[in-house]
Amino acid sequence: MDVASAKLIGAGLAAIGVGAASIGVGFVFGSFLQSAIRNPAASDGQQGRLYIGFAAAELLGLMAFAVAMLILFASK
Amino acid sequence: MAAAADIDPMHQFVIEPIFGSFGHNNPFVFTNSALWTLIVLGTIWLFMFGGMKRELIPGRWQVAVEGLIAFIDDMVDVSIGPQGKAYLPWIFTAFVFLLFANLMGDMPLGIVAPAHPFSITAQFTFTGVMSIITFAIVLGVGFWKHGFGFFSLFVPKDAPFVFKIFITPIELISFLVRPFSLGLRPFIAMFAGHILLDVFGNFVVQALNSHSAGGIAITILSMLFIMFVSMIELLVAAIQAYVFAILSSLYISEAVNLH
Repeated sequence: MDVASAKLIGAGLAAIGVGAASIGVGFVFGSFLQSAIRNPAASDGQQGRLYIGFAAAELLGLMAFAVAMLILFASK
Repeated sequence: MAAAADIDPMHQFVIEPIFGSFGHNNPFVFTNSALWTLIVLGTIWLFMFGGMKRELIPGRWQVAVEGLIAFIDDMVDVSIGPQGKAYLPWIFTAFVFLLFANLMGDMPLGIVAPAHPFSITAQFTFTGVMSIITFAIVLGVGFWKHGFGFFSLFVPKDAPFVFKIFITPIELISFLVRPFSLGLRPFIAMFAGHILLDVFGNFVVQALNSHSAGGIAITILSMLFIMFVSMIELLVAAIQAYVFAILSSLYISEAVNLH
């Protein structure tokens, strides 16, 4: 296998992480909505934690994306 | 691979001297990064001083500035408690700087060639140093207030002894990773977003140059995706600044209050 095709396969494998992070982001917002609809009065106070969870889950997806892009474009 | 080789999304992050370098072998050059840092700082100064007239009946501008300060003040008050006022200046500085730098890196000025915005928060040097400052505060305040009792931060309070043995190293590692993850988060969000916009911008140009029906379809789809990503980027720019501020205040709160 030559290096160019190995690069493309590696970038594709790294992109799996983006999909996995999307599951995480969906889980964060889904869980928040589930509990917020049960107790709407308490939901406003938890907005900060919601965004922390969102940022933590999203960070890993962005890192996977950045790794894929580094493999494709930055490695010579 | 032939088409992909033409795209160079890393080029936008290159720090290079502008206005030429002063003299031969002079290490002190004015870079595009320095220029955009000054522009961001100038914008923050204009925004803050425009709202600091302290009128009895505030205008719109003053309400905006006071609202921003009250927002961070409330957040620090909730997460640190009554001692939080001392740490408000750093949290507010970090929040406003990240917010303005992120938003100004996203400005669509690329059409005018010399005004291409340089996203300074897409450099790990900026966010990494901000994270180091936060942890200098955490360690300084922690050891100054509690002495060596600061290490009890790593030991869970009411856990059985067997748990303590296992959880203490995990807590220590978690604490050691925090400076890295705190600085990495705003950096990687801006970095990935700008690469995404650059790659899809290149798709638009390449598809238009192909002069085919499929090219037009790809252009329209790419343009729609760029608009979508730009909106997400505006949201992410604000969220990353907010998350940096709230995580900083949570970490400082741990050092101040110890659990």
